[in-house]
Amino acid sequence: MSVVTVQLGQCGNQIGFEVFDALYSDSHCPQGLCSERENEAYQASSKERFFSEEENGVSIARAVLVDMEPKVINQTLSKAAQSGQWKYAQHSCFCQKEGSGNNWAYGYSVHGPRHEESIMNLIQKEVEKCDSLSGFFIIMSMAGGTGSGLGAFVTQNLQDQYSNSLKMNQIIWPYGTGEVIVQNYNSVLTLSHLYRSSDALLVHENDAIHKICAKLMNIKQISFSDINQVLAHQLGSVFQPTYSVEGSCHYRRNPLGINWQVRPPLPGLPTLGKVSLNRELHFNTSIANLVILRGKDVHSADLGGFKDPALYTSWLEPIDAFNVWKTQRAFSKYEKSAALVSNSQFLLKPLDTIVGKAWNMFASKAYIHQYTKFGIEEEDFLDSFTLLEQASENWISFSLRS
Amino acid sequence: MTQSVVVQVGQCGNQIGCCFWDLALREHAAVNQQGVYDEAISSFFRNVDTRVVGDGGSISKGKICSLKARAVLIDMEEGVVNEILQGPLRDVFDSKQLITDISGSGNNWAVGHKVFGSLYQEQILEKLRKSAEHCDCLQCFFIIHSMGGGTGSGLGTFLLKVLEDEFPEVYRFVTSVYPSAEDDVITSPYNSILAMKELNEHADCVLPIDNQSLFDIISKIDLMVNSGKLGTTIKAKSLVTSSAGAVKKRHQKPFDAMNNIVANLLLNLTSSARFEGSLNMDLNEISMNLVPFPQLHYLVSSLTPLYTLADVNIPTRRLDQMFSDAFSKDHQLIRADPKHSLYLACALMVRGNVQVSDLRRNIERLKPSLRFISWNQEGWKTSLCSVPPVGHSHSLLALANNTCVKPTFMELRDRFTRLYKKKAHLHHYLQIEGMEESCFMEAVSSLSRLIEEYNQLDATKCMPVEDLPRLSIAM
Repeated sequence: MSVVTVQLGQCGNQIGFEVFDALYSDSHCPQGLCSERENEAYQASSKERFFSEEENGVSIARAVLVDMEPKVINQTLSKAAQSGQWKYAQHSCFCQKEGSGNNWAYGYSVHGPRHEESIMNLIQKEVEKCDSLSGFFIIMSMAGGTGSGLGAFVTQNLQDQYSNSLKMNQIIWPYGTGEVIVQNYNSVLTLSHLYRSSDALLVHENDAIHKICAKLMNIKQISFSDINQVLAHQLGSVFQPTYSVEGSCHYRRNPLGINWQVRPPLPGLPTLGKVSLNRELHFNTSIANLVILRGKDVHSADLGGFKDPALYTSWLEPIDAFNVWKTQRAFSKYEKSAALVSNSQFLLKPLDTIVGKAWNMFASKAYIHQYTKFGIEEEDFLDSFTLLEQASENWISFSLRS
Repeated sequence: MTQSVVVQVGQCGNQIGCCFWDLALREHAAVNQQGVYDEAISSFFRNVDTRVVGDGGSISKGKICSLKARAVLIDMEEGVVNEILQGPLRDVFDSKQLITDISGSGNNWAVGHKVFGSLYQEQILEKLRKSAEHCDCLQCFFIIHSMGGGTGSGLGTFLLKVLEDEFPEVYRFVTSVYPSAEDDVITSPYNSILAMKELNEHADCVLPIDNQSLFDIISKIDLMVNSGKLGTTIKAKSLVTSSAGAVKKRHQKPFDAMNNIVANLLLNLTSSARFEGSLNMDLNEISMNLVPFPQLHYLVSSLTPLYTLADVNIPTRRLDQMFSDAFSKDHQLIRADPKHSLYLACALMVRGNVQVSDLRRNIERLKPSLRFISWNQEGWKTSLCSVPPVGHSHSLLALANNTCVKPTFMELRDRFTRLYKKKAHLHHYLQIEGMEESCFMEAVSSLSRLIEEYNQLDATKCMPVEDLPRLSIAM
């Protein structure tokens, strides 16, 4: 099953390149720590997911590159071609001359409708190249104008046109101390729209990855390249093939088929009036966890810690909430590696921070004229705020329900 | 990629403009070793086959044939423009993109705005349209002028209205040289106030510069060079102080060197739009991030390096020094005190081998000494451009929207009031058709309204930063 990636804006395209590079390098890594047959199966499965093959043996990424100004796409295309091993298809790019100016409204209301047909056609072409489509992986930032605004618009379109396919958005949570001054507005608008049209949001925070580079990797002068490579590495370790639970010798068919659907408690339960103050909420109180193990001794690894009921909301049995995927094939030359994808409370605090800052700015009406110029009115802001406050409330009350 | 057109008006505007084109050519020559006409060059230059007569000569790709600046030169006296056209840059300018007259505006805003405005309106429109036609995707007009005289001030601001009507979607960035208190043009307060009204209403973004600050900077450089201090030899190819093609001789007046600083400002402002980097910043992002309310679009700029001219391998300490310098008054292009006023927004545009961790480290370091408005505590916009300026390994341009411009405007208003109370020289203005005392009154009110907006924001300076009550959701 194949995944079609849509890379939007400077951030999306820079990261997208690193992701495909990491996936390709890992697939072609000779030290798989497993049998040759297994290695070949791994390679074939990974290839089918993320690459299609051109005649002279060069792999072509299953990707559509979108940006409203040309510099980054040009750089991305040439960097990929330089590797000599894989590249992007020249005609899978959509580019304009003038960027979105960090303006969500411009990305969503102007660029979106204007270029809808062209972009969706490009995506359609990529989909047609797949034997069977598992879903879409959309890489975008929240702080800017194209990734955020146009990204939200495209995701909505994908929802309408491909309602049966999974849409997973890789969103980049901006640094707390600004990259873009209106990043909180752009983030609020993006999240509220994606909430309605995306199936899953995979979140990476720039601050967190920065800390990894500084503290765990001891990099002295951290560049965006370093950050993007760490991210790509993480994503690679999640999306590369693994065996399905049934333990058969086929690799899992749907890489995006993480069971994101969680059934909330039955409606018959009494609703909580006030939040009980006794029960503490931890950042890792989860409703779903997925652990991915690769390399040596995967079958004997002790995962008891992940089955601790304290980790989960009280109405969930760990057995329903916890999943494991394994493969003996090592990832990226690491003898053993593990990845955790978690649907937990961790995002509540960062979300609260962003919404709070955006709200303070909104109250003073600062920068609003830049958005109303392009059709996003104060009401649209209010709707977004309401939706996000509601989502946070839902989280908290679901978790505390007993 | 987009293109920009520079409109240089008046003596000051044209002199600065000339420096700008000289530096731009040298910058692109240093970066573009192959001589291929690429998108970066096309942002400010056309590629023309000079053998072709008439308009058909534009070449969009391939080898550079002959570069023509995307510029319109306007002056109501011929002296400055003629000197440019006889100087080393004469081939860079399209002889059809000039508007000149002989009589000059007599340091009278009304003559520049009303008389020459109506006289040359058609021609101006025609030249602007022509330059826009030559652009694939025109994004911005850069207007360069001074506020104190007649042509730059009057005709330069007349242009703004024309641009707004004719090209409403294209940004209008204005670089305005404000007169200092010791300015030798007596009527400069009148001209400046009348021009301010136009800037308030028709500019997207204004970069105020004052001559005194530029002069101070040049004096300090001269002092350091002459005192032979270690490590302060100015690199021969540095664009900061040297320019081969500008108008006046270096030893006469320091205007040449002063103009170069402003030219550097414009180059650095547009570098992230022209060249690649890990975090790009286009011109429309400047307006988006730094203008929270339409009227408050005056940005204080500071530029480094100016004095210390770097070696090739800078250890981290020196890099941090660059950031500290950008927030020191010595590097500002306008006299103001941002550290003791309120920041509404701040942008850091870095060029060269500087990475995101360097940026963040310095923001963390400098933040505590700066006061930001309550609703924009983390109001930083940053950009990283990989291409450094010629002769340096990195540089930083800081643009701040800060209430510190208020005293400058108040002082301007005071100088105006002193003059106006005596009705001094007023008749020169009132005798121009279309000028009445009400024009002056309206201009002053416009400025007062602006000052009042800054006042209101300043009033929040002493209030504690509190979070506003959030929406409460009924479950």
